[in-house]
Amino acid sequence: MQIKIQDQNIFKKVMKKYSTILILLMMMLIMTILNPKFLTTNNLMNILRQQTPIAIMAFGVNLAIISGGIDISVGSVIAMAAVILAKFAKVDSSGAGYPLIVPIIASLLAGGAAGLINGVVIAYGKVPPFIATLGMMSVARGVALIISKGRPITGFSDAFNFIGGGTFLGLPFPIYILLASYLIIYAILHLTKFGTYIFAIGSSQMAAEVSGVNVKKTKVVIYVISGVFTGIAAIVLASRTLSGQPAVGEGYEMNAITAAIIGGTSFSGGIGTAFGTFIGALIMGVLTNGMTMLQIEPAMQMVVRGSVIVLAVFADQYRNNYKS
Amino acid sequence: MSEQECLLKVQNVSKSFPGVRALDNISFRVSKGSVHALVGENGAGKSTLMKILLGLYHPDTGKIYFNGEKKHFYHPKDALNAGIAMIHQELSCARELTVAQNIFLAKELTLKHTQFLDKKRMIEQSYELLQRIGIDNIDPNTKIKDLSVAKQQMCEIAKAISYNAALILMDEPTAAIPSNDVLTLFEIIRALKKEGKTIIYVTHKLEEIFEIADKVSVFRNGMHVDTIDTSATNKDALIQMMVGRDIVDLYAKEKANIGDVVLQVENLSCSKKFDNVSFTLKKGEILGVAGLVGAGRSEIMETLFGIRQKKTGKIFISGKEVNIRSPRDAIKNGLAFLTEDRKNSGCFLPLSVRINTYIASIKQHSGRLFVRRKKTVESTKQMIDALSIKVSSMEDQINNLSGGNQQKVLVARWLLTEPEILIVDEPTRGIDVGAKAEVHRLLVNLALKGKAIIMISSEMSEILAMSDRIMTVSSGRVTGFIDAKEATQEKILKCCMD
Repeated sequence: MQIKIQDQNIFKKVMKKYSTILILLMMMLIMTILNPKFLTTNNLMNILRQQTPIAIMAFGVNLAIISGGIDISVGSVIAMAAVILAKFAKVDSSGAGYPLIVPIIASLLAGGAAGLINGVVIAYGKVPPFIATLGMMSVARGVALIISKGRPITGFSDAFNFIGGGTFLGLPFPIYILLASYLIIYAILHLTKFGTYIFAIGSSQMAAEVSGVNVKKTKVVIYVISGVFTGIAAIVLASRTLSGQPAVGEGYEMNAITAAIIGGTSFSGGIGTAFGTFIGALIMGVLTNGMTMLQIEPAMQMVVRGSVIVLAVFADQYRNNYKS
Repeated sequence: MSEQECLLKVQNVSKSFPGVRALDNISFRVSKGSVHALVGENGAGKSTLMKILLGLYHPDTGKIYFNGEKKHFYHPKDALNAGIAMIHQELSCARELTVAQNIFLAKELTLKHTQFLDKKRMIEQSYELLQRIGIDNIDPNTKIKDLSVAKQQMCEIAKAISYNAALILMDEPTAAIPSNDVLTLFEIIRALKKEGKTIIYVTHKLEEIFEIADKVSVFRNGMHVDTIDTSATNKDALIQMMVGRDIVDLYAKEKANIGDVVLQVENLSCSKKFDNVSFTLKKGEILGVAGLVGAGRSEIMETLFGIRQKKTGKIFISGKEVNIRSPRDAIKNGLAFLTEDRKNSGCFLPLSVRINTYIASIKQHSGRLFVRRKKTVESTKQMIDALSIKVSSMEDQINNLSGGNQQKVLVARWLLTEPEILIVDEPTRGIDVGAKAEVHRLLVNLALKGKAIIMISSEMSEILAMSDRIMTVSSGRVTGFIDAKEATQEKILKCCMD
């Protein structure tokens, strides 16, 4: 009897750990059955390429959610970072412009600055994360429109265009950026002191404070990282679309949050992994790609995506019923 | 007392919680139109009894008769409908609503044949209700949050009579109000009595009983000791009854060698919580801190540890003045604090036992950036063995552990910070007897190693058994120091009620 109970526990643990991968594989299987063109290298590369900005944003947003907060500003911040970097990536008719590193740094700084403001307002101003980032959502979009005068900025150097459109060793270049971002966020979240603090704050802010965690500083850094990762996403996105568009990124925050939640991150804080978010982002990518291939109209796709996030949170409540 | 005179009859009521027998075969009666006081130490069972009368808890066995009828309250609403209302210690008003809105909450008056609110009539009636208890300086249009605590309480009383309650329960109504308002409250109670209302009055302040109550029931360890007329007793006799004679020596304490002063606190104050607290602590000493709930014991220690900001005062550690503004500063100065609220300010429930163990000493377990996983595994393993923590894997969520094992993990957490001074707040609350003895052994062993320990406890036997010296706190003041050799329950309780 004893052994049987242990078996069940192991089964549960395995399910808990790998359920997201199983969902991903099952979805891919279903899509392949419905449309054999789904499972081609070309299409899979396409999904990865399309999903890269969302996944990178989700990595950052995931930290905020694990800490018990939220960052809904990323969809606007990516637009702001994209138009700012576009200003620096633009070349004139003779092909002269800033060196490649300048637009990259500009984008990271723009994202980081937005995150810094979010973090300070949340940690020191004690404004709820939802409200603080809701404000930033509007501010960043406004700044993007002001800088770009409402029009897309185009005409980048070839070197810059390579980031989003080029291939390296047979793989689209964005995939390398995606993997590098994943490794960085994995290390931050699961291997550093700072990462441990994120989990601690999300579990109980009071207990974290008492245990000597610098809660305010940690929170600021969380939102800065969320902003910087949005900056990385902006580089990939602008380079892939060959433009800095002030209207880009609308609804991306929802996709990023959904990716984190599907990946097992708990909205009540303290629970989540970098790997889960990665898989969650891929699930969202497969879903969107699959629905498009099946010629489901965009309006219906929105209905499905909306339902998915609610279902994911519903499952999250089920998993964490001990908190109630 | 005849059946007619008796408003409330509690018969053989028992109630157990896991590991605790909160009420043990309680029987007593409350007569109509009387003010009936309940007294007893922390954990004597008063609150549990009140909660049963209100329908918040259900008795395991026993019957309750109200107005001669057998009653079973499943929900506070049942009790309210039967005519029992409660004035809570922590007031439960909707702070953003007005006095009138609060009084008529969930029973709003409407204009005839409509669903529209009849504000005028509600305000008039609120005014009348307040007048009935002799209050004419509260405008029913004011928001509750703009009133003093005493006035909020008066509104709650008005609300209670608006239900036509025959029995009003008051849980330490004078705990949070200044003394001149206490007199007003007593006037109100007398007015209610004149109207024929019955009042059950729970208090820790024994003088009040003699001023206001007709009868007093004494509780101890979940048992009803006796009910007597207040005119037939006095304060000392009541304390005697509350304490009883059965002191069980649970823990054999080894006395450590008491060394030099390691902590000195001078005139520490925190606004609204406590004033001018001074004490010293020596190496190897266990300083017991006794006091009633709400006396400010935890607040003093929270301030010492930097969780609360001090208003005035100095703290010296090993003779050097230190400036502690956050728990981080405190930990750097060799302090550790095992908080009272294990679930909220102690454990990280969704996280592993391992993280819960190394979190406070994470700096010693990391390089510049990265946590040294191997080192944390070693430390956790060592602690699990040393404190015999029962856990199937150190990667298990701490949420899956029993209360006693959770507490041991928290002790382990603080031991890893290698503190010189360990503050423990209710270290054995809610854990079973076996785990309790182990926690005590741990504390004694630490003292033997020369660590200094401050132990807050509401359990008199724990204080007596563990302490070398006892500091008593009452209403935010230190009221005395008692050497363990001379300490008795009576002495401690007297200082706690000072």
